[in-house]
Amino acid sequence: EASLDTFLEITMSLGLLRSVGSVARRSFPRNLTHANASTLVIAEHDNSTLSPSTLSVVTAASKLGEVDILVAGFNCEAVSSQAAAVAGVGNIITGNDAGLETGLAENFSRAVVAAAKSKGYSHVMAPSSNFTKNYLPRVAIELDSAPMTDVIEILGEDTFVRPMYAGNSLATIKSQDSVKLLSIRTTAFDKCADSGGSAEMEDLVLEGTCDAGLSAFKSASASESERPDLTAASVVVSGGRGMKSGENFGMLEELADKLGGAVGASRAAVDAGYVPNELQVGQTGKVVAPDLYIAVGISGAIQHLSGMKDSKTIVAINKDAEAPIFQVADYGLVQDLFNAVPEISSKV
Amino acid sequence: LESSNLRAIMRVLVGVKRVIDYAVKVRVAGDKSGVELSNVKMSMNPFCEIAVEEAIRLKEKKIATEVIAVSVGPKQAQEQIRTALAMGCDRGVHVTTDLRLDQELQPLAVAKLLKEVVLNEEPDMVILGKQSIDGDCAQTGPMLAALLNWPQGTFASKVTMSDDLSSVEVERETDNGTEVIDLKMPALITADLRLNEPRYATLPNIMKAKKKKIQSIDAASMGVNLEPGYQVTGVNEPAARAAGIKVETVDDLLDKLRNEASCIP
Repeated sequence: EASLDTFLEITMSLGLLRSVGSVARRSFPRNLTHANASTLVIAEHDNSTLSPSTLSVVTAASKLGEVDILVAGFNCEAVSSQAAAVAGVGNIITGNDAGLETGLAENFSRAVVAAAKSKGYSHVMAPSSNFTKNYLPRVAIELDSAPMTDVIEILGEDTFVRPMYAGNSLATIKSQDSVKLLSIRTTAFDKCADSGGSAEMEDLVLEGTCDAGLSAFKSASASESERPDLTAASVVVSGGRGMKSGENFGMLEELADKLGGAVGASRAAVDAGYVPNELQVGQTGKVVAPDLYIAVGISGAIQHLSGMKDSKTIVAINKDAEAPIFQVADYGLVQDLFNAVPEISSKV
Repeated sequence: LESSNLRAIMRVLVGVKRVIDYAVKVRVAGDKSGVELSNVKMSMNPFCEIAVEEAIRLKEKKIATEVIAVSVGPKQAQEQIRTALAMGCDRGVHVTTDLRLDQELQPLAVAKLLKEVVLNEEPDMVILGKQSIDGDCAQTGPMLAALLNWPQGTFASKVTMSDDLSSVEVERETDNGTEVIDLKMPALITADLRLNEPRYATLPNIMKAKKKKIQSIDAASMGVNLEPGYQVTGVNEPAARAAGIKVETVDDLLDKLRNEASCIP
């Protein structure tokens, strides 16, 4: 009986400790380590360079415990080497197969499933991107697990926060699945160091080819730009319908270049054909959180605010003083953008 | 593809979801259980409208012979099916459920329900929106494709059928541009914004749509596990931003950015 009492006492104190731990989590944000958590992070890359977004996911994953990285691709040894240098990573698992070269979802999901099953990971995490949104739901079917999209906070092994309704509600969610699949909103986590690590390298054993034979890659066209990546830039200058034409975006490019920033756009500007879709900031485009976001000729629809309202400082330039963008702007300038933008460029 | 697998006709299934209208500023319920759904304007998810439009265009090009609109949702989701019928779909399938579509009935369960509908209707192509604007998950399409072992063309901005209908070429939006892929039929497509401009239903077509058939099936009868994979334990409003100020001149603005926000040199 005494030992039962002791057992109960220990259990209760553990329970108590746990709840204290979760209440006090903000004091200890970096260490929520649980005994059995081990996370497989899926690297994003182009077969030669590891994407910086992967570093944010490693930060998120390391809040729970051990982290391994899967590099699935073709002739992607350079990426594996870069991943091995990432601080705090245990193992780099390289899946090398011609079927993985272009990231087709039907093929790529096979490698992720094989890697996830290889060591019985409790969590699989990837950066929230079009690339991940393409294959992760297929992985979910193989693992019969409900993926959690765009996670912005990790409260524990099974409890997370994700935005819904264009970021107008933040849901706290508790997963029941044995393998938890998460895509991570990378702007919500700092990037970990890309050097100083010394991860072990191993090869993923693939049974046969990863080519599912359902689809074929034909061509790709990527915008070539010297400017920093939109989702990683510390300054973003975005234009909306008020820019009136694609040519006028040259004005924003000049300002972005002076500030070492990237150029973005509202859906209206994309729909009007002023700029390509991959520049779209918003609920259904990219989510950015730079130090400085300059919204030029953008009214500030709910869908746009969703993609930029976590920016540190927001500037709005719009001749309509009633535009909703002024409600989120730290500094608003009610002026004709065609006068204001060149003047700013000449003075920075 | 074997020619015996080809049909003289091509049937397209298109998914539509009932969501809070995109222009509504949602409010979190007082008990933090979710966003307020009562007395709020509901509409067809904008990406589903694009999916419907694309399916109808395939019919207008004589590539598709029948377009079936399917929706999973409460009895009011009939309105969204009727809208799809008024846009030009031929008939509807309504999978009925009282579970909340934004948090209780999750994409995994919806995909499993849609799989049953696909097995029943045997379409050659399924077109869904890339994501719904309530849950913002972007999962149902690829999940359904995986369940059927079909190829997928997600975030599609252009869809071109091959002449013999054995494959479909999809231009899709990627993180840094676009890519073109080729899918063996049958295939699943999810629509991105740039795929097309959806039409408005005209009054005569709205009247005609009232005569079109909608088949109703109880989700609970379909042998699918509807339990959510994750529970929503609480919903909060995001932190509000501190009120900003208006500045008069470019010089004022630059002064603030340099000396107050310290975000430019």
